[in-house]
Amino acid sequence: MTTGTPPILEIRGLRKKFHDVEILRGIDLLVLPQELVFVIGPSGAGKSTLLRCCNRLEEPSAGSVQVGGVDITARSTDINAMRRQIGMVFQSFNLYPHMTALRNVTLALVKVLRKPRAEAERLGMAALDRVGLANKARSYPGELSGGQQQRVAIARALALEPKVMLFDEPTSALDPELVGSVLNVMRELKRGGMTMLVVSHEMRFARDAADRVIFMDHGLIVEEGPPQRIFSTPSEARTRAFIAELGR
Amino acid sequence: MAMEAWSRFLDTFFNLDVIERYFPAIMKGVVVTIEIAAAVVVTGTLLGLVLAIVRTFRLIPMNALIVVFVDMFRALPPLVLVLLVYFGLPNIGINLPSFAVLWLVLALVLAAFAEEIFWAGILSIPKGQWEAARSTGLGFLGTLAYVVLPQAIRLTVPPLTNRTIAITKNTALGTVIGVGEILNQATTAQSFSGNATPLMMGAIAYMILFIPVVVFGRLLETRFAWRRV
Ligand SMILES: Nc1ncnc2c1ncn2[C@@H]1O[C@H](COP(=O)(O)OP(=O)(O)OP(=O)(O)O)[C@@H](O)[C@H]1O
Ligand SMILES: [Mg+2]
Repeated sequence: MTTGTPPILEIRGLRKKFHDVEILRGIDLLVLPQELVFVIGPSGAGKSTLLRCCNRLEEPSAGSVQVGGVDITARSTDINAMRRQIGMVFQSFNLYPHMTALRNVTLALVKVLRKPRAEAERLGMAALDRVGLANKARSYPGELSGGQQQRVAIARALALEPKVMLFDEPTSALDPELVGSVLNVMRELKRGGMTMLVVSHEMRFARDAADRVIFMDHGLIVEEGPPQRIFSTPSEARTRAFIAELGR
Repeated sequence: MAMEAWSRFLDTFFNLDVIERYFPAIMKGVVVTIEIAAAVVVTGTLLGLVLAIVRTFRLIPMNALIVVFVDMFRALPPLVLVLLVYFGLPNIGINLPSFAVLWLVLALVLAAFAEEIFWAGILSIPKGQWEAARSTGLGFLGTLAYVVLPQAIRLTVPPLTNRTIAITKNTALGTVIGVGEILNQATTAQSFSGNATPLMMGAIAYMILFIPVVVFGRLLETRFAWRRV
């Protein structure tokens, strides 16, 4: 992190309490432009909470989160304007079941960015095309496989041209044979220069796509480094134990 | 012997002279019933929806008021409310025509039930739907309007249809305060003619009115049962 490029995402001293229990206990993390940062760690470590604090789906208790140099936790910040610059992909897809794939993608284009319908549809089709689902534009989520649904969800976030995308276990609700299609889309995004913060336990994917891996436990970053090092020769005992558990 | 009983039955319930004489009156009742029912359905459902939406803002004093209103109007028998309003309001200087009293009471009762049904529908939409929409920059109201309500309302169609039918049938209560709806016309005709035929005509009129509504409700139910993910 010695380059002079300003980070896209800058998390400083982030803390989050739920009913007096501190779930995040001071997280510092920079994500640089075009970086893919991987977050791993045991269940309950606070990985989802960390991601959700990055677009204020959870209100941080202390610390700051800056996206493109704007502090999203500041009172004066228009959070809705910031959120469209921060794409989020959920474990459970959360597509709108009453809308076609295309309408899922264009809703925010029309209602948030106020694009005319025709332009929104053009952008929506382009986003669906990027995830390889232009031919499913008229399908409802219920008619799509899990992998296809997740790719539509990615297109929905992508269409808003976010500065950074947050992925919370995007493949863990998928049947094994569908995981690859979603990971391929994420690889494509990486190749296209998207900045990504990804919570996932797909180690093979991390090895060939991640720039950095963060290991979290009990609300703290325990260790971070390039995937090869974290997965092969972690320096912390907790990391080693977790990786050994994953590999089994 | 059997023939005699049969002709007495016909004479009592399907007396042609009586039918001819009182047909216009019953038809007038049908019109009044339709008018009140339509007014009740539209205003009651809308008010219920508005209350459910207000409730999503989770303002505690406001929600307490809504819950008190809803529970009261769901607990009290509509007839009690009709009589209470009809005979009570003039004492505080408000004189409403009986038509308006019936409409007001039934609309409020329907609103109370509809609010609960809409609210349950809104609550049943998974949190992930809110979060996905909010994460794209859509505001609270936008999320409610485009994502949550369209799904919630689909879920509420079957229970709401049933409740609406049950409450609009209560238009017959208008007869006790002199609203000229079907039952009122029928009982008046019955006492003038000394024959039960007008009551049978009333019953048939109710069936002709409500069976299509029931069938329509069933149709909506199947139409809105769409694939959930
Ligand atoms: N809204 C909430 N209210 C109370 N506690 C919460 C809330 N959200 C999360 N927690 C708690 O915070 C802790 C961390 O949760 P989080 O979901 O961030 O973990 P995670 O690392 O994503 O775990 P997993 O791998 O199981 O998804 C857990 O103990 C959880 O019970
Ligand atoms: Mg999680």
